[in-house]
Amino acid sequence: MEVITEIFSHSFMVRAVIVGLLVSLCASLLGVSLVLKRYSMIGDGLSHVGFGALAIATALNVAPLLVSIPIVVISAFLLLRISENSKIKGDAGIALISTSALAIGVIVISMSTGMNTDVHNYMFGSILAMSDSDVILSIVLSIVVLILFIVFYNRIFAVTFDENFSKATGLRANTYNMIIALLTALTIVLGMRMMGSLLISSLIIFPALTSMRICKNFKSVVISSAIISVICFFIGIVASYSYDTPVGASVVVVNIVVFFIYTIIGLIKGNIKGR
Amino acid sequence: MSLIECDNISFTYDTKVALKDLSFTVDSKDYLCIVGENGAGKTTLMKGLLGLKSVSSGKISFYENLKQNEIGYLPQQTVVQKDFPASVKEVVLSGCLNKMGLRPFFMSKEKELAKKNMKLLGIENLANRCYRELSGGQQQRVLLARALCATQKVLLLDEPVTGLDPVASNSLYELISELNKSGITIIMVSHDIEKAVKYSNKMLHIQKDKVFFGTTEEYVKSDLGKRYLGGVE
Repeated sequence: MEVITEIFSHSFMVRAVIVGLLVSLCASLLGVSLVLKRYSMIGDGLSHVGFGALAIATALNVAPLLVSIPIVVISAFLLLRISENSKIKGDAGIALISTSALAIGVIVISMSTGMNTDVHNYMFGSILAMSDSDVILSIVLSIVVLILFIVFYNRIFAVTFDENFSKATGLRANTYNMIIALLTALTIVLGMRMMGSLLISSLIIFPALTSMRICKNFKSVVISSAIISVICFFIGIVASYSYDTPVGASVVVVNIVVFFIYTIIGLIKGNIKGR
Repeated sequence: MSLIECDNISFTYDTKVALKDLSFTVDSKDYLCIVGENGAGKTTLMKGLLGLKSVSSGKISFYENLKQNEIGYLPQQTVVQKDFPASVKEVVLSGCLNKMGLRPFFMSKEKELAKKNMKLLGIENLANRCYRELSGGQQQRVLLARALCATQKVLLLDEPVTGLDPVASNSLYELISELNKSGITIIMVSHDIEKAVKYSNKMLHIQKDKVFFGTTEEYVKSDLGKRYLGGVE
């Protein structure tokens, strides 16, 4: 308990916790759809694009979010297009874009500031990355993501479960895919500086996969993902503060532990049922 | 009364012609079976009817107030669905979305429609079960209930009995036949020629260079039909 009060006495920690919780929540909700649609890698690809964008923003000395949001959003639409209809297959296309962005980012950094702690922070995240204006922007965008997700919840389910049926019965599946991609892009940009561009996609993938070990319907998967994600983030950031470990990595480790716990529970439940 | 009329329709992929100059009509309350070899263009034709692929020439017209998005569709199972965590109720309800306009949430009207269709297909006791844990036959019934939520007029079925055991597939055929008798027009793509002839009243047989369209009685007597049914009789 003492640790928690101590954490909240630092304003930078308060900022990190607020942004982190909101981003975890958004990421976990979107993650359910992305994982089920086999789009998990899009999250990963986008975070690498975000890395490149951050590097360029730093080199140009402009606000990082202002540059990275449009770039990542555009890439999100591009990635979606690639995975839908193209001669380059989805997974290869994503690898292509993400490594290209990474390479460009590294070159921009080495030409401007030199390979220094910046690169390290971009890759693995830093808890000090958040300024006050970032926090406000993050809160606003997270609320937008949450509202859009709730409003389109039933349609997101339909499009995730069966895109062709949705299209055939007159649902604009492509529009909803775009909305999912847009929301994912926003979430990734918001979260990547704290979690690190190499680790942010874990926020998207882990809670959804963990919930699917046990939950049997879509709504419970969504709710459970949201809860798991928020709790894991909180434990992770407290652990990171107490043991002086990087935030992003700590959160991921907590997620791994929960994933295994759920897997074991799922197996036991399955066995009991099987008998 | 014709419901759907296809007039000299062709489909192309890039430069390859998938289907050329096909004409046929579907009347209200018909049970039309579409048969043909793999690669003859059955799937393409279906996508065209559903509006997932546009015709490169010719015209598909809908009559009697039928809109394209009112064709209920029973697709083949996708990989995504095999381990999808969804309850039967959630899947069936998602069929109601096309009637909701911009309204984001389901109201009692949709819930009742879903319930009614689950009852009709004998799956109301499965409502809260997980879709992926059902048997193949039960899953098809769930998807059929969803399709019925989307339409009261036409059902388009894509090889509905694929992967089902004989008992399950027979009962699915009976069910579809019941739906047809209750006034729903059925269009079915099928490989099961024996059952196609047994249940349908019209046949559409597509091959690379030959097409048969007519009543099932005519089909059985036609050269194409005789050759296809050869193994059966």
